[in-house]
Amino acid sequence: MALITCKDVSFSYEGNVAVDGLSFEVNQGDYLCIVGENGSGKSTLMKGLLDLLRPKTGTITMGDGLKQTQIGYLPQQSAAQKDFPASCFEIVISGRLNSRGIMPFYSRIDRMIASAHMDQLGVISLRNKSFRELSGGQQQRVLLARALCATEKLLLLDEPVSGLDPLVTAELYQTIQDLQRDTGITIIMISHDVHAAVEHANHILHLQNKQLFFGPTAEYVETEVGRRFLRKGGDF
Amino acid sequence: METLFELDRIIVEMFDFLFMRRAILVGLLVSLCAALLGVNLVLKRYAMIGTSLSHVGFAAMVIATGIDLAVEREFSHFFVTLPMVVLAAFALLLLSENNKIKGDSAVALVSTSSLAIGIIIVSQTTGLNTDVCGVMFGSILAMTRFDVQLSVVLSISVLTLFVLFYKQLFAVTYDETFAKATGTKVFVYKALLAFLTAVTVVLGMRMMGALLIASLTIFPALSAMRLCKRFLSVVITAAIIAVTCFFVGMVLSYTYNLPPGASVVAVNLTVFVFFSGIALMKGRG
Repeated sequence: MALITCKDVSFSYEGNVAVDGLSFEVNQGDYLCIVGENGSGKSTLMKGLLDLLRPKTGTITMGDGLKQTQIGYLPQQSAAQKDFPASCFEIVISGRLNSRGIMPFYSRIDRMIASAHMDQLGVISLRNKSFRELSGGQQQRVLLARALCATEKLLLLDEPVSGLDPLVTAELYQTIQDLQRDTGITIIMISHDVHAAVEHANHILHLQNKQLFFGPTAEYVETEVGRRFLRKGGDF
Repeated sequence: METLFELDRIIVEMFDFLFMRRAILVGLLVSLCAALLGVNLVLKRYAMIGTSLSHVGFAAMVIATGIDLAVEREFSHFFVTLPMVVLAAFALLLLSENNKIKGDSAVALVSTSSLAIGIIIVSQTTGLNTDVCGVMFGSILAMTRFDVQLSVVLSISVLTLFVLFYKQLFAVTYDETFAKATGTKVFVYKALLAFLTAVTVVLGMRMMGALLIASLTIFPALSAMRLCKRFLSVVITAAIIAVTCFFVGMVLSYTYNLPPGASVVAVNLTVFVFFSGIALMKGRG
């Protein structure tokens, strides 16, 4: 069974349909990129997958024993967070909250898991550093470590490279790719950058308030819609 | 007039008075609660909720006094003020969630309306006498034995809940969306924060004054954030600052016969300016 199955899903905001006609599957180990212009419904769909927004029609089913609360999420940062006094470790371990439940404090195992994920992403040396003093790329790695603390199966990344310079962007894409290859974790990423999406992901979902394309990347680059967007470049 | 040069004698003398012992015990506990919650409130951009709740507290206290007059006997004001302020806290939380009225406007609406209602009731009952002044700016003589017992029990409950739910409060304050997405009942913890704040405001209001109590939630957190870079160290530093400032404020108030609430706030302001100065110098160095 697929990890996530969307069937005829639509979402609406205050009566207006934001996106409809979504039907796709995500399987264990997939790397899916959701591309489309601003306001095409990418973030809306992301909220739907995280159960922050109910679909107006259709169904989203989780399979393979994936629970709604076991999705690792890398959100876009808000202005308030950039100035928040917290150490990297405090932030990473907060990803363990869902597995800890109502019990007070974090256990030794939680601490070990948090450290292991920081190590995996090369930020273990920043453990006691203040989050707000890190560079943009380091901050994203810390938040990625937190996302990994919350999941073993599925990562949802919302524009993970926005605001980063090209070199750091390339490194972060590489890290995500390595993560997927080494651990077999499933990745769903929202991206503006269609070139990077085609380069890294093995599936593409192209939205424009409806589903323009869903399928393997190799097919996408051959379609009319894929070729047109690739010609237009990374910036929609 | 006494001076601070006889500090040890002054402190011993202070503790001779029953009302001072009560005021200091309750004050220290309330300062501690306010400082811990304050870190979350300030970072969650809820600082104004404390202010607003204290204004609601003013109206509630005036209503309680009115009821006293009507039934011609005195009973603990907590029974009127606590439920009213807790209700107001939930209302404020719901209002700030509502996108139609922006959070800060909602807070201003509730604050000014409460003051208006309070003043109307005052004008129809007691008039602006020294009791009303005490409600607004604080008085250390206000605590009965029962008030003290209730305050101790409630503030220890606030502290316990804060410690038990520390990690949830951190997660919800730092990143509400992530917490929600990974299955945390975000609204429950926001409601908990609002509830604990309401209780703390009510406990501290009599002594600090309805118009000054909110500073206990804001100042220690802001001062601690000038220097600390980790959340836990901000929380601990804020707690130490709050307790120290309260005690120093009380000693000054006793020695120079100053209003206690205002003295504590003035000491907090001094610490804040001092810490900001250190942060500035560090930033340059």
